[in-house]
Amino acid sequence: MNKRRFKEKLAYSFLITMISIIVLSICLMFYFIISRGIRVINWEFLTQMPRKAMTAGGIFPAILGTFYLTMGAICFALPLGVSAAIYLNEYAVQNRLVRIIRISINNLAGVPSVVFGLFGLAIFVKFLNFGVSILSGSLTLGILILPTIIRASEEALSAVPNSFREASLALGATKWQTIQKIVLPNSFSGILTGAILSIGRAAGETAPILFTAVTFYSMRLPKSIFSEVMTLPYHIYALMTEGTHPESQVPIAYGTALVLVFLVLGLNLIAVILRNQFRRSKKW
Amino acid sequence: MKSKQHLKEKIIKNIFFLSSLSSILFLLGTSFILFKEGLPLFREIDLKTFLWGKSWYPTYNPPEFGLLPLLLGTLWTTLGALIIAVPLGVSAAIYISELATPKIKDYLKLAIEMLTGVPSVIYGFLGIVVLGPWLQNLLDLPIGLCALTASLLLALMAIPTITSLSEEALFSVSKEYKEASYALGATRWETIIKVTVPAASSGISTAVLLGMGRVIGETMTVLMVAGGAAVIPHSFLQPVRTITATIALEMGETVVGSVHYYALFAIACVLFIISLALNLSADYFLYKFRRTSR
Repeated sequence: MNKRRFKEKLAYSFLITMISIIVLSICLMFYFIISRGIRVINWEFLTQMPRKAMTAGGIFPAILGTFYLTMGAICFALPLGVSAAIYLNEYAVQNRLVRIIRISINNLAGVPSVVFGLFGLAIFVKFLNFGVSILSGSLTLGILILPTIIRASEEALSAVPNSFREASLALGATKWQTIQKIVLPNSFSGILTGAILSIGRAAGETAPILFTAVTFYSMRLPKSIFSEVMTLPYHIYALMTEGTHPESQVPIAYGTALVLVFLVLGLNLIAVILRNQFRRSKKW
Repeated sequence: MKSKQHLKEKIIKNIFFLSSLSSILFLLGTSFILFKEGLPLFREIDLKTFLWGKSWYPTYNPPEFGLLPLLLGTLWTTLGALIIAVPLGVSAAIYISELATPKIKDYLKLAIEMLTGVPSVIYGFLGIVVLGPWLQNLLDLPIGLCALTASLLLALMAIPTITSLSEEALFSVSKEYKEASYALGATRWETIIKVTVPAASSGISTAVLLGMGRVIGETMTVLMVAGGAAVIPHSFLQPVRTITATIALEMGETVVGSVHYYALFAIACVLFIISLALNLSADYFLYKFRRTSR
């Protein structure tokens, strides 16, 4: 009996060691980013153009570029994704086509992001001749986040109880009226959560926009959707791999990393809070 | 009036239906483009030289496009990451699902969820400025950016996927199994390891496969920290180059329609097929798990 107790204690300490390693790694990561990044961040850093070939000045164009790209991606992916989710959850019957659609969504979610970059390069940049631009990058990122949006929206839609729909239909409303007036308002915060998470994901992606949207150094801000842009994640990569003044580039990279992490995790945190609130306030 | 409304309903339904086809369209479109741009490579070199070629020298004269060093680079870093991430991730899942108090459980889940959100370029950055130099000092290496550095960071990226999906699988194991085990006199740990984990095993397999899919397709981290040498790896302490890193690094410098361009699409096809296979098997295990756990 004692041996069994001992074995159990041993196993528990092993599990606790393992989880401590994970938690410690997370803390170390944030410690380095925050402690070193905070030193370079000030108002000028956030609002000024870079100067002296990236060795001084701010990161404003990168912040703006990330904003444009993610907004473009969400404008493309959100209507499409929510419509797809409405079809799958409200209209579809279980048949082979629907199964194929679901398998495609799962597989699309697993396609490596750099492969989307190649797709974007071949279709948007070359074939449709949008060039390396905000438009090409947004569309590429939009495809990347589409599966996330469809899944989150479908989950939100299926959380609306069937009795709601039946009540509406019984009052003589058509299917579309029911979806528009009953189902969508009741799943709104769930869909919003998915959208916010996707924005966070799109903001941090680098590989898909490498050949579709970004430029290392631009002297002015983008003028139209056909301009190249700087973005936060690419800026970090470029600062670390290009240029010849690491002593002045690494601190800027730390600052940029802190801004990016703050932005992405901030969005995630909002999404989590929103989701928890939604779950708690559900009346059914 | 009635028929007008009927028509409207029909049109709306069809718009939704067409939207739902978009994912099939994008998946087929991606595979079509990859093969269309990748297959012309085999007009220049034969399939066997590509698959078994031991060197990747796209800019030599004549150039060599051997897949093997890149594929092995991908497999080594992925394997390394899984060796680290699976024990850590599954242990964490067991702890969170079976042992933690509700409050600790919430905090740990939040921490893991935050880890999911960290962009890959951040891992790469920390690899260059913190982990690489640290490993170089610790192990007395000639260079800190090697397969091991990449594997450690990739492991950290795979842990959220593995942990959260395994935790879900463990959580959904029916309570009666555990109660039966307790009634037979088993301790909590014996129940976990002999009843709960085996019952959730196909769910845990899904988690590991999806974690592996994430790692194999990861680009920025390996591009920044794996060292970048396109040679067949012999140890974890050597620099390596993965398929993803090669595409990201070289696509910018090639001319559209050159052999090099086709070769980059051809290696992307290989990557695409591997990740498709992983996802389909993950789907299969998930399906199996849902059936058995019912």
